[in-house]
Amino acid sequence: MQGATYSLPPLPYAYNALEPHISAQIMELHHSKHHQTYITNLNAALKSQQEAIQTADIPTQVSLQPGIKFNAGGHINHSLFWQNLCPANSSDAKPSSAPKLVEKIKATWGDETKFREAFKTALLGIQGSGWGWLVKVEGGKEDRLVIMTTKDQDPVVGKGEIPVFGVDMWEHAYYLQYLNGKAAYVENIWNVINWKTAEERYLGSRADAFKVLKASM
Amino acid sequence: MSTTLLRSFIFRSALRASASASSRKAGLAGTTFVRGKATLPDLPYDYGALEPAISGKIMELHHSKHHNTYVTSFNNATEQMAEARQKEDIQTQIALQPLINFHGGGHINHTLFWENLAPTSQGGGEPPTGGLSKAINDSYGSLDAMKEKFNAALAGIQGSGWAWLVQDTQTGNVIIKTYANQDPVVGQFRPLLGIDAWEHAYYLQYQNRKAEYFNAVWDVINWKAAEKRFK
Repeated sequence: MQGATYSLPPLPYAYNALEPHISAQIMELHHSKHHQTYITNLNAALKSQQEAIQTADIPTQVSLQPGIKFNAGGHINHSLFWQNLCPANSSDAKPSSAPKLVEKIKATWGDETKFREAFKTALLGIQGSGWGWLVKVEGGKEDRLVIMTTKDQDPVVGKGEIPVFGVDMWEHAYYLQYLNGKAAYVENIWNVINWKTAEERYLGSRADAFKVLKASM
Repeated sequence: MSTTLLRSFIFRSALRASASASSRKAGLAGTTFVRGKATLPDLPYDYGALEPAISGKIMELHHSKHHNTYVTSFNNATEQMAEARQKEDIQTQIALQPLINFHGGGHINHTLFWENLAPTSQGGGEPPTGGLSKAINDSYGSLDAMKEKFNAALAGIQGSGWAWLVQDTQTGNVIIKTYANQDPVVGQFRPLLGIDAWEHAYYLQYQNRKAEYFNAVWDVINWKAAEKRFK
């Protein structure tokens, strides 16, 4: 049985397209080095896993799991992240590109400002490396929106959970430009959120949100 | 903990503990707690003194901004903890514990870290001697073999964290252990030597090439500090 091999999905914009909010240097390192390393390590771990399955080597299969979760999570998170960012001068960067999602945000948090405040508090409360996500949770009487933080590279893959957009809070995502001033990064990231992508994920299924991953196989 | 830098902090904590105990005994509800505060320790060398292994800019930000934020946030959390204790508000006391672990851990870890680094002109990189050297050889065969395992441990940290050479207080053996985020070395293990694997510790100089930082940092390790911690 031949396992999947993943490759780095191309960025949907140039490395400097998110300036001045995220520098070209950050974007280039983040995409071509950090994201690539997760993919390289994921492919290696999956290959070892295939061999361990073929030889019925259960201890090795178990020991590979944290590495698979970490590196697959890194691949998933970054793939979703690139897609949910866009240049600030694009019409996609306006919340008006996400009418249904914004309606739900207002119904959930009162108004957009309160939502952004809550999201910011969650992001700045992360202790160590991690991500903040707006997530649609399916099930129950109606779908809900929740803000989630995940540690390290844990991906949002729980039952009924569909990631709408995410913000990378690893230091490599902002340090070259913002240094220890991560609050300014969290403030500026709103200028480059791709609300059109967010709307599509909000209205779509999990398979829709993760289609970028299928495309990278 | 036996470090000089932490001693004053511990001493003040002890003062605080006795002060709050006596105010409880005296039943002085509503009075402000007399308590000491954690403070940012001075670096025992200049910001540029660890170059080229660690740049002056990294050292300055790391010490004056990052470490200082842990100190400030730890003081805030302990202040709120003191208030919650006085009000016997157990929920708040529990809610504050992760903050105390994180920011208190950040303060302890960085304080130990600055002390277990030194410029090469002040002995940085000179190999350990005596009991610690013997313990490392007993556990790992040689100093180089230990460094190799230590670097593998650093590289294997998934996210932010630290790697430490610790001493097991039960057996006396030295062991390499990694800790997530700012979890401090407490309990069964005694910290001997720590290396910060948070990205802020190396990113401005090494970016994604963290293995280069892990190799270079050994040039400025202060083994004398580790020897003093070893029992």
